[in-house]
Amino acid sequence: MSENKMKVMNARDMGRVRALQSITKPLVIAGTYAFLLLMALIVLFPFYWMIISSLKSLAEYKMSVPTFWPLQIVLQNYLDAFTTAKLGRLFLNTAYVGLMSTLLSLVITVLTAFAFARLEFKGKNALFAALLATMMIPGELFTITNYQTIYIFGWQKTFTVLIVPFLVSVFYIYLLRQNFLQIPNELYLAAKVDGTSDFKYLWKVMVPLALPTLISITILKMMGAWNSYVWPRLVANDDAHAMITNGLRNAFTDTSGNVNYPVQMAAVAIVSAPLFLVFIFLRKYIMSGVSRSGIKG
Amino acid sequence: MVESKHQWKAWLYLAPAIVLLLVFTVWPIINTVRLAFLDGYNSLANVGGQTFTFGVKNFLDVVNSTDFFKCLKNTMLLCVLTVPISTLLALLIAVALNSIKPLQKVLQTIFFLPYVTNSIAIGMVFAAMFNIIGTPHIERLIQSKGIVNNIIEAFGGTHINWINQGSEYWANIVVMVFYIVWNALPFKILVLLGGLQSINKQYYDAAKVDSTPRWRVFSKITVPLLSPMIAYVVITGFIGGFKEYTSIVGVFGAKMGPAHDPGRLNTIVGMIYDALPQSNYGYASAAALILFGIIFVVTMINMQVSKKRVHY
Repeated sequence: MSENKMKVMNARDMGRVRALQSITKPLVIAGTYAFLLLMALIVLFPFYWMIISSLKSLAEYKMSVPTFWPLQIVLQNYLDAFTTAKLGRLFLNTAYVGLMSTLLSLVITVLTAFAFARLEFKGKNALFAALLATMMIPGELFTITNYQTIYIFGWQKTFTVLIVPFLVSVFYIYLLRQNFLQIPNELYLAAKVDGTSDFKYLWKVMVPLALPTLISITILKMMGAWNSYVWPRLVANDDAHAMITNGLRNAFTDTSGNVNYPVQMAAVAIVSAPLFLVFIFLRKYIMSGVSRSGIKG
Repeated sequence: MVESKHQWKAWLYLAPAIVLLLVFTVWPIINTVRLAFLDGYNSLANVGGQTFTFGVKNFLDVVNSTDFFKCLKNTMLLCVLTVPISTLLALLIAVALNSIKPLQKVLQTIFFLPYVTNSIAIGMVFAAMFNIIGTPHIERLIQSKGIVNNIIEAFGGTHINWINQGSEYWANIVVMVFYIVWNALPFKILVLLGGLQSINKQYYDAAKVDSTPRWRVFSKITVPLLSPMIAYVVITGFIGGFKEYTSIVGVFGAKMGPAHDPGRLNTIVGMIYDALPQSNYGYASAAALILFGIIFVVTMINMQVSKKRVHY
């Protein structure tokens, strides 16, 4: 009897819990969406503000009550930005440095990763461990001596100084080696039996198979060149070699007085645009590269 | 192995990387330590024929300079504020994202956007959002208070001088925290969401059968199972935080502070870079080694803490 009563009570309690859940569940979902949309709004706001500010006239930008959409769209700001910050030249400089450093870096990374993944030589594991150990040291520590070294080499204010010191990335070597190791050794031995040379095997088999990783490396390296600021400012901050970020910061150092803010925002938008385009088309590669690295560029 | 006769071939493949690493990685490690222990080493004086004695004067100079404590304070303050805030926010966003179906991909893309930006360029946008045009301390001479102040006033607050001439230290820090957190979120969300998606669904099903309350599911299942990823983003966050520099240049320019107090927001990395054009390599090297030491100790502490806290 009492057992039966308990069953009834249990069923009733369960029913109450279920009823409570059916009320709270939509509330929780609504709350989740509200939170996410609010955060998304905060994340997007600077981009929105950058774009609409870049399209306003200076007078409209300075109005005490801000407008959330330009009253009159001033595309001239973008043309002015190109001339004020000499963006054309900066684009060319950065593209040249980005392309050269990416190409050379890819070649070196592929060769090194291949040696570590497939070839046999004395001290291989010790050398690889030593390479990985250097990853723990903050880059600032290298900068001091490299700054001194490039003056000894007479490389200041050249493109070489922007390209050569950063060609070897231990992280990229590590990434590619892991990828190479996943390619079955049987392929290599079969190629050996057929008398294929190591180099041909690397070029014809391994590189195509590791293409996604190589694309990730390319994108991260290009983004690195596009975003580099500190090293170029130290060693090659003249007009002929300045990189885009330095040029942008140098052109708009004064934040008081007669700054043309809309033109400044237009320049910022122009500099940001290529990154967004790359992101839209190659999101998969960027995100997979980033989640494994934890470094920017 | 068949190849053992041809070891030299392997070294041929390695040669370019090894040469570059020797010049730009190995030599700097040795040389930086050497310079740090040469008292008052200055490359110009060195060219001039001066010799330097071995000692710890550089380290004492760094620690005794007024700059060092200012820079250390700024760096630490930004670190202890931004790492917890961004980690907590990223965790909440990742959990929320993981619990929804419609719009998940779109929102995920939006939250990743700040990652693919140029920190100098977007820093300038943040500066514009907080910037007051006109004379900040005289109300009638203000033309535009900036969008952030406009929003604050729309909610009934009073405007604040965030970054301009005469702005206060705490206001500068708030702006930097805001920007750094905004910038740090994407990577943390990406890692944490990846971790969440790899948690076995069975745990949640079991919790559902027991009709476990939501917050208990969060604190007893989600957080413990996610703890390795949380530890990872906290550790990388601290390492990145101690090297904070370009985000401040983005907002405040290379002068690293508001117009009336340049250098107010300088960091340890900034201090190292400032010493280079003056050829004070000994001083810079000592500062870099101290930075390395701090990062090393903080990382070790983080790892010790996470060893106790990280489950499995």
